Amino acid sequence: MPALLLRDLRLATRAGGGFGLSLAFFLIVTVLVPFGVGPEGGTLGRIAPGILWVGALLSCLLSLDRIFALDREDGSLDLLATAPIPLEGVVAVKAAAHWLTTGLPLTLAAPVLGVLLNLPEAAFGWLALSLMLGTPALSMIGTFGAALTVGLKRGGLLLSLLVLPLYIPTLIFGAEAAKRGAEGLAAGTPHLMLAGITAGSVAILPFAAAAAIRVNLR
Amino acid sequence: MLLIVEDLAVARGGIALLEAVAFTLAPGQALILRGPNGIGKTTLLRAIAGLQPPLRGRVDLPADGAAYAGHADGLKATLTVAENLAFWARIYGQRDTAAAIAAMDLGALADRPAQNLSAGQKRRLGLARLLVTGRMLWLLDEPTVSLDAASVAMFAAAVRAHLAAGGAALMATHIDLGLAEAATLDLSPFRAKGPVTGPGGIADPFDAAFA
Amino acid sequence: MSIWEYANPKKFMQTSSWALPWVTGLAVLTLLVGLVWGFFFTPDDFRQGSTVKIIYVHVPSAMMAINAWAMMLVTSLIWLIRRHHVSVLAAKAAAPIGMTMTLIALFTGAIWGQPMWGTWWAWDPRLTSFLILFLFYLGYIALWEAVEDPDTAADLTSVLCLVGSVFALLSRYAVLFWNQGLHQGASLSLDKEEHVADVFAWPLWVTMAGFVLLFVALVLLRTRTEIRARRLRALEARERMA
Repeated sequence: MPALLLRDLRLATRAGGGFGLSLAFFLIVTVLVPFGVGPEGGTLGRIAPGILWVGALLSCLLSLDRIFALDREDGSLDLLATAPIPLEGVVAVKAAAHWLTTGLPLTLAAPVLGVLLNLPEAAFGWLALSLMLGTPALSMIGTFGAALTVGLKRGGLLLSLLVLPLYIPTLIFGAEAAKRGAEGLAAGTPHLMLAGITAGSVAILPFAAAAAIRVNLR
Repeated sequence: MLLIVEDLAVARGGIALLEAVAFTLAPGQALILRGPNGIGKTTLLRAIAGLQPPLRGRVDLPADGAAYAGHADGLKATLTVAENLAFWARIYGQRDTAAAIAAMDLGALADRPAQNLSAGQKRRLGLARLLVTGRMLWLLDEPTVSLDAASVAMFAAAVRAHLAAGGAALMATHIDLGLAEAATLDLSPFRAKGPVTGPGGIADPFDAAFA
Repeated sequence: MSIWEYANPKKFMQTSSWALPWVTGLAVLTLLVGLVWGFFFTPDDFRQGSTVKIIYVHVPSAMMAINAWAMMLVTSLIWLIRRHHVSVLAAKAAAPIGMTMTLIALFTGAIWGQPMWGTWWAWDPRLTSFLILFLFYLGYIALWEAVEDPDTAADLTSVLCLVGSVFALLSRYAVLFWNQGLHQGASLSLDKEEHVADVFAWPLWVTMAGFVLLFVALVLLRTRTEIRARRLRALEARERMA
C-alpha cells in the first residue's frame, strides 16, 4: 500500500500529472471574486473565509475524475482489484494521495490567497485549521463519487452533480468555523463537527467506494 | 489442484454466455481456451479472477489467488519500465524484478518511460508483470497480442519455465504458442442455450412475470 | 404467506393490477374531500387570511418529499441485501415522484412565504434543507439515467441512496447550525403546543392521507412500467443474441 501511495504521488508530480492545476484554478477563482463583488476591502474581508472555502472545494472537485479514470483506462484498476491488497485499502490510499496532491496544497495556499481578499488577521490561522480538518473529507467524499462514476464514458459532469450535494455539510461547517474564528467567536463546535465528518468519511466511505468499484468492474 | 472450475455459468450485460463449464488445472498444466469471438473467453477469465460474479457454479483458487492479465497491461505512461515493474512487484509483496526483466529481454529499456515503448514492448512489460507477482496460477487474456514471433517464443519459454516450477496457466489465445504440453479447451459446446436461471440471473424473475 | 412473495415480479404484477384502481380511486376521493374541505369550508386565519389554505398542499407534499426518500432508502437496502429486482425498481419509480413533491413543497412555500414574510425565498433551515433534498433527488435520478446496465445502475444508485441519506441528515443538522430561520414549527404534532387549530387540522389530516395514497398509486403505476421496461430489455437482448 505504501507502494501505491508512492506511485500515485509520483504520477501526480510528473509531467501531465495535473499537480498544480487545482492550485492554479484556486488562484484564478480567488482573483475573479473582487471583479465580481468590487474591490472594497471591508466587503471582501467579510466574505473571504467563505469564498476561500468555496474556491478550495471547487478546485478539489476539478481533479476528482482523475482518481480512478486513468487507472481504469490502462487496466490498472482490474489488476489492483485482483491484487492481494483489499480494494478498500486501495480506495483509502487513493483518497490520501488525492489529499496530499490537492487538499494539502490548497490548505497551504489559502492563507496566501487570503491576503488578496483582505482576510482579517485573526482569521488566517482558523482558515488554515478548518481547511486542514475539512479537506480530507472533501478528498474522501470525492473518491466515493469517482468510484460511482468510474464506469462511465463522460462521467465528469455527473460526478460534480453527485459529489456537490455531499459536500454541503463539510462546506457549511468549514466556512462557519473559519468565519467564527475570524470574528473572534467561539469556533470549537464547527471545528469538532468538521473533524467528525472527516473521521466518519474516512471510516465509512472506503467500503462504499470499494463496493461501487466492484460493481463497475464486473 | 491449482484451479477447480465446476458447473460455471457466466453472463455479460445480463445475457448468459457460457454454462456448465468445468475443468481443473494441476501444477505444471496449461490450458488454452479457444472459441469464436464473443463466446465469452474474457468474461470466463474475469469470473475466474473474481472480477465479476458467476451466475452459477464454483471456482476454487489457491488461497493466495491468481495473477490476472487482461487486454490492458496496467502500465503508467510516465513511469519507466523499471518503476512500473517495481510497483507491481511491491503490490504483490515481492522485491526482485531483475529476473523478470531478463526473461522478457527488457534490460536495455529499463530506464525508458513506458510511453516511449512500442506496442509489442509494452506487452512484454505487461507479461513481465506476471513474473513478479510470484503467483502459481496465471490467468491470461490474449497474452500474445502485438507480439512478434521472437517475443511469442520468449513468452512461451516464460510459460514453460513457470509450468516447470510447479505453476499453472489458463489462457485465451488464437495463435499457436508452440506449447506442446498445453491442453486445449474449445468453449463452443458450452455456449449457453437459454437464459440461465438462478440467483443473479436477470431472465429468471422477469420471465416468470409474464409467463 | 410472506411479504417477500411480492418480490416476485409476477406476483407483484398480479396484485398491483388488482390494487391499483382501488388505491387510485381512494386517493382521488380522499384528496377531493380533503382539498375541498380545506379550501372552502375552513375559516380564514385571523393573521394569515386565506393564504393559509395553501397549507393543504404544502404540508402533505413536504411530508411526502421526505417519506419518498425514506421509502427509497428502505427499498434500496432490500435490493442490496436480498437482490429483489422489484424492490429497487420501486425505488427508481419513487424518485421522480419524490422530486416532484419536493418541488411542489418549495413552490407552494414560496407562494405562501411571499405575503407572509415579504420574500419568495429565504435561506431558512427548512427551505434550505428541501433545496438540498432536491439536489439529492437530482443526483440519484441522474445516476440511474447515466448507467447503461440495469443491475449496475441498481447497485450504484442504491449505494448512493445509502450514503446520500447519511449526508442528507448531516446537511439538515449543518443547516440548522448555520442559520436559525423564519419558518414556523411543526404544523402537526401530537405533543407540542405549536399546533395548528383543530378546524384546520382535520382537513389537513385528510389531505395528508390523500397524498400518501396518491404516492402509493403513482409508485405502483411507475413500478409496473419499470418492470415492463425491464422485461422488454431482456427480450430485446435475447433477440439480438439469437
